[in-house]
Amino acid sequence: MAKFNMSLKKNEMPMQDPVLRGKNFSEVALGYTKELALDEANRCLECKNPTCVQGCPVNVDIPGFIKKIKEDDIKGAYAIISKTSSLPAVCGRVCPQETQCEAKCVRAIKGEPVGIGRLERYVADNALTCEIEKQPKNGHKVAVVGSGPSGLTYAGDLIKMGYDVTVFEAFHTEGGVLTYGIPEFRLPKQIVKDEVNKLKNLGVIFMPNVVIGRTLTIEELFEDGYEAVFVGSGAGLPNFMKIPGESLKGVYSANEFLTRSNLMKAYRTNATTPIMKGGKVIVVGGGNVAMDAARTALRLGAEKVTIVYRRSMNELPARREEVENAIEEGIEFNLLTNPVEILGYNNLEDRRDPKNGFVTGVKCIKMELSDPDEKGRRRPVAIPNSEFEIEADTVVMSIGTSPNPLIKQTTKGLEVNKWGGIVVNENGLTSLEGVYAGGDAVTGASTVISAMGAGKIAAKATDEYIKSKA
Amino acid sequence: MFEIVYKKVLNPTVTLMDIKAPLVARKAEPGQFIILRVDEDGERIPLTVAGYDREKGTIRIIFQTVGATTYKLSLKEQGEYIQDFCGPLGKPTELDGLKNVLIVGGGVGCAIALPIAEELKRRGAKVTSVIGFRTKDLLILEDEFKACSDKLVVMTDDGSYGTQGNVCAPINQMFENGEKFDKVITIGPLIMMKFVVSAVKPTEIPCDVSMNPIMIDGTGMCGGCRLTLIQNGERVTKFACVDGPDFNGYEVDFDEAMARGVMYKDFERHAYEDACNLFKGVK
Repeated sequence: MAKFNMSLKKNEMPMQDPVLRGKNFSEVALGYTKELALDEANRCLECKNPTCVQGCPVNVDIPGFIKKIKEDDIKGAYAIISKTSSLPAVCGRVCPQETQCEAKCVRAIKGEPVGIGRLERYVADNALTCEIEKQPKNGHKVAVVGSGPSGLTYAGDLIKMGYDVTVFEAFHTEGGVLTYGIPEFRLPKQIVKDEVNKLKNLGVIFMPNVVIGRTLTIEELFEDGYEAVFVGSGAGLPNFMKIPGESLKGVYSANEFLTRSNLMKAYRTNATTPIMKGGKVIVVGGGNVAMDAARTALRLGAEKVTIVYRRSMNELPARREEVENAIEEGIEFNLLTNPVEILGYNNLEDRRDPKNGFVTGVKCIKMELSDPDEKGRRRPVAIPNSEFEIEADTVVMSIGTSPNPLIKQTTKGLEVNKWGGIVVNENGLTSLEGVYAGGDAVTGASTVISAMGAGKIAAKATDEYIKSKA
Repeated sequence: MFEIVYKKVLNPTVTLMDIKAPLVARKAEPGQFIILRVDEDGERIPLTVAGYDREKGTIRIIFQTVGATTYKLSLKEQGEYIQDFCGPLGKPTELDGLKNVLIVGGGVGCAIALPIAEELKRRGAKVTSVIGFRTKDLLILEDEFKACSDKLVVMTDDGSYGTQGNVCAPINQMFENGEKFDKVITIGPLIMMKFVVSAVKPTEIPCDVSMNPIMIDGTGMCGGCRLTLIQNGERVTKFACVDGPDFNGYEVDFDEAMARGVMYKDFERHAYEDACNLFKGVK
């Protein structure tokens, strides 16, 4: 009988110093040491009916892998996680465990839950090599649109079952949002590369620079002999607020700002892709993407970064951990505040003044939360005559995205909902035979792990569908 | 990697290349664009397709050396490779039902106008072309335009070739003479397209323009290429990569597009100078 660690608190994650890390792009969370991991693993009570597993969208055998950590069998732990998750090193870093597995942990009833995410990351980072079980080739081939988390999961599951899998990626580099969206300091790109390389070694073929809906259509993929297609094309066009001034120079969507920094490496000193750096930066929005944009701006050298969000701290949709990291690093929060206009420089005497058309600030209005409506939601309402101005050189709009219209426009009979998201059933099947979809292309902006869950469900359904045809 | 199978220097700043990209060549239509990266860690730049050969599997690009990336690209030779080449992107130019079209090209924009003129000719339409350049040395594609146009007018700002003046002068003359067209398609510098649109407006002939804003992904993800259309008095945001690159010229807010186009002017000038110094050092 193992001796359990009954401490009510999680072992803290070793972190880079907040002041230092605000100036570099290295990873903020440094990962558990072996001692910390063993100590934390011993907090797991090895429940007979583990509720944590139900909280995981891909149902990782959590007590199983933690038991292996206790035995110091990292390879064994990795093998258990890999049975259901294709991207352990990614999930250990970016999953919102506090609302999933850890929320269901019995230790959370009194005290803090087991640090499941931190342990998962420990395993993934320390399992150097690992044999992954693979079925013999079955002669069927499937295509994947997009190499983000849902597509990688789908590809990983089906290659292990013996399918030939080709992943089409519009960008020059694989990873989707893991590459262009989530910054280096939260998810090092080497980790994404390693995960992709693992799939390549298993035989998955990646085709970069191919835009499905333009270079090839879904119909043509079937003509080319693919028996099923999974659409994991991700979220699409950024939303703007439709307020005056959004076309001024210095206004970015979060997608553009993060893509310039993450995918195009604009943060490097000799970068070929430009980005506005320094000065005062305002990020509009309160989600994880807004936190990423704000913390990126800080690292690019901003003298001051302010988050402007129309509700209060309690309603911030971002992960608590990321909000705390941001606060520690010195990001300011201007809550219950909503922009009404972005202000720009306009020298009426000299139309050739190079500063013309650049952002100088944001005019905001104070908000208050209404009484709860019948659903209990408190809506933000503008307080009349409460306008004020905040100085800014750069404004990043991080208020969500609308689905990319490309695939819908070029795929006859593919049903989408009124927001443009692809309609799927409980198995991820779209309105077209053999066409599955998942991730943000279906749900709109969501999490990495829910996209992975969707990829997993669709992979299983695809396998059943192709076998039923044969 | 994508091979440069043919290269021709058209004038001191403009280069033509045929790139082996069979998947892109299979689909490309006039008006669409590609995104390329010259090398690993290079920036992504959009270039509008200047021609395609479906059998050979090649895409023709014609580009002006305006910054570090186009400079590096211009140094590549036939037989060498570029890192990434993605497309075709954007919507093709709408040509259905057109019988009589006025094409107005300016500078390197003529390279994009040419495949449109050629396709119209192939479909049996009457094509009138006006192409303008700053000076004789910058003239490109005159013979190609001659071959596909029923009437061709060449303008130079300084009068060193063709007729002196900007492209609006012959257009105004044609309208004064009562010439009619189904549509005017204009491609060139923003300021030129703005003036062409103003010149055409009194005639109420539909006038399309091809926009080429700053872009990153080109697939409808980053929103960097947004521009404003004014539709029934309302300002509407559109994305050149998925909604364009062609737009109704009467609706485009050109002044805003011009301002956004120079957002990174300083950065680009420095990068260009650095690239020039670097490569001059090597040669």
